Amino acid sequence: MAANHAVVSLEEVHKTYHTGEVEVRAVRGVSLGIARGEFVAIMGSSGSGKSTLMNLLGCLDRPTSGRYLLDGEDVSGLDRDQLADIRNQKLGFVFQSFNLLPRTSALENIELPLLYGRQRLTSAELEEKARKVLATVGLAGREDHHPSQLSGGQQQRVAIARALINDPEVILADEPTGNLDSRTSAEIMGIFQQLNDRGITIVMVTHEADIATCAKRNILMRDGTVQSDEPVAHRFLAQSNQT
Amino acid sequence: MRFESSFKIAGRALRRNKMRSVLTALGIIIGVGAVIAMVSIGNGAKAQVEQQIASLGENVILIFSGSVTSSGIRTGWGSAGTLKIEDADAIRREVPGVTAVSDEVVSTSQVSAGNQNWFTRIYGESPEYFDIRQWPLSDGAIFTPQDVRSANKVCVIGRTTATQVFGSESPVGQVLRIKGVPFLVTGVLTPKGLSPQGTDQDDIVIMPYTSAMKRVIGGTTLRGINVQVSSPNDLAPAQQQITELLRQRHNIRPGRDDDFTVRNQEEIAEAATSTSRVMTLLLGAIASVSLVVGGIGIMNIMLVSVTERTREIGVRLAVGAHGRDILTQFLIEAVTLSSIGGIIGIVVGLTASQLLSALAHWPTLISISSIVVAFLFSAAVGIFFGFYPAREAARLDPIEALRYE
Ligand SMILES: Nc1ncnc2c1ncn2[C@@H]1O[C@H](COP(=O)(O)OP(=O)(O)OP(=O)(O)O)[C@@H](O)[C@H]1O
Ligand SMILES: [Mg+2]
Repeated sequence: MAANHAVVSLEEVHKTYHTGEVEVRAVRGVSLGIARGEFVAIMGSSGSGKSTLMNLLGCLDRPTSGRYLLDGEDVSGLDRDQLADIRNQKLGFVFQSFNLLPRTSALENIELPLLYGRQRLTSAELEEKARKVLATVGLAGREDHHPSQLSGGQQQRVAIARALINDPEVILADEPTGNLDSRTSAEIMGIFQQLNDRGITIVMVTHEADIATCAKRNILMRDGTVQSDEPVAHRFLAQSNQT
Repeated sequence: MRFESSFKIAGRALRRNKMRSVLTALGIIIGVGAVIAMVSIGNGAKAQVEQQIASLGENVILIFSGSVTSSGIRTGWGSAGTLKIEDADAIRREVPGVTAVSDEVVSTSQVSAGNQNWFTRIYGESPEYFDIRQWPLSDGAIFTPQDVRSANKVCVIGRTTATQVFGSESPVGQVLRIKGVPFLVTGVLTPKGLSPQGTDQDDIVIMPYTSAMKRVIGGTTLRGINVQVSSPNDLAPAQQQITELLRQRHNIRPGRDDDFTVRNQEEIAEAATSTSRVMTLLLGAIASVSLVVGGIGIMNIMLVSVTERTREIGVRLAVGAHGRDILTQFLIEAVTLSSIGGIIGIVVGLTASQLLSALAHWPTLISISSIVVAFLFSAAVGIFFGFYPAREAARLDPIEALRYE
């Protein structure tokens, strides 16, 4: 596969919600290609369909119509369990509210995707892998901390580590800095840029223009369609490795 | 498959909520403990009854006057006064295999010695009675056939009567007044304890039946006849022959009801143990209710925890869990809780039944089968009551679960 081969490719994708009588066309005919190694920020006003699009990209939901090729494979017709396997193997999620398991150590939180993976690992192997990934997000030494013992930024790093543990093709982040202050947001962006430098594709939703300039490409959504799609002219390089 | 992961996942989830896990298991602990303790009480009672039945003597046939009519109405054992001394003599003479026969009359009366009064049961018997009932004396001697022939004023008394009337003094050789008539106490019986019906068998005065008929009770009919045969094989034929003999002697035409009742020891044992068997079942059933309540407790907590952990389930689904993985996790959580509860419950139940027998002196008997059944049942309760919440969890939609507040 060539390096510029599209990891993500959407063709005329629609998503329509039916709530009782009302029909909400959240995504209306989006066609989009994202190549390996890209770092995309999706912007747009509230209700413009960003999260809906992210759920489709994350294989958490299926499009009402249109085709979605992930890493060359058509995933629009897969069933629940097949989609779960795709998420486990090829995708990593970072959420606005972190979504770590409460009263569970950082290590065990990071191990979670491995427990549902194809490989059968021993407890020692699980721990070994989780430790390594935790170190890459700068949290070595916090292995046994529970989420309640970590700051928001640290929790988000644990969540990023969890997203990384299965070496995903794409990391999907819906407002990853929505709950963080600007300094911590910059730290998280620094980590994203580092990962992106290592070749991991990142797609992120954000409301903040300065966060969007950390990406390489900005997509603006409006009423379920892509309104503009252009590269970032003056990219902001966040400082990283701060703890 | 992913099964061992599921164990790891469920174990971690349970450890995360230690207090809740303990409280959830408590319902099962109490349920299983109650089943074990109750069944051990029931079994203990049954064993005691069986022991008491054995204390009736061996290879015994009991004959009572009075009978069950064809319409099913019982005229009452010993009430109709249809048995005669001659009937007992005839059985002694004519029925093969019979080794001992005791004529029996029964009454209750006030007895006294000095200024001590006591109300007790008066039994008139033959000297063979003590053999038939395997009831030795602890002191003195029984009355003789000569005492029976002459209707002498002698008697043997039970331990309860002895202490009530004579206190700590030895009753042997002393005089006991029964309905004003002075009787010489020749012996004291060894204690026998409670009968299957719960009466104190040691609260008794036993005298020659002739003396009882002539000097205490009056009348010429027997309440019953106690018969002993030489071996268990003789029980059925002897019972048959006694029935025929008595029908013939009482001129009962074919087709009419007996005016007496013949029961062998096995039939009496059957009736008594069936009562305690019913009691065991009843106790076990009541205790099982608490086990079911414990199961509902598990279901309740699991349902609450599915709701409370909706986001957790969403995260698991997002990172690649199949619906089946979630189902197995919650089922394993439920079954782990219920079986650990079951094991602790067994320990609690065993301890409770030991305490009951040690402190309250209730007879208890622990049966392995009740332990095994209680444990399997508690595991089954986990599966049964855990399945619905687990399925609810497995059906959640990942997006909605992640968005859940
Ligand atoms: N499960 C659903 N059922 C019905 N309608 C939905 C559902 N999810 C989203 N919508 C609707 O789809 C539209 C797009 O929603 P979406 O969450 O994608 O917006 P968004 O761009 O992420 O907004 P925000 O910036 O506020 O997060 C909205 O009008 C919303 O009401
Ligand atoms: Mg959104």
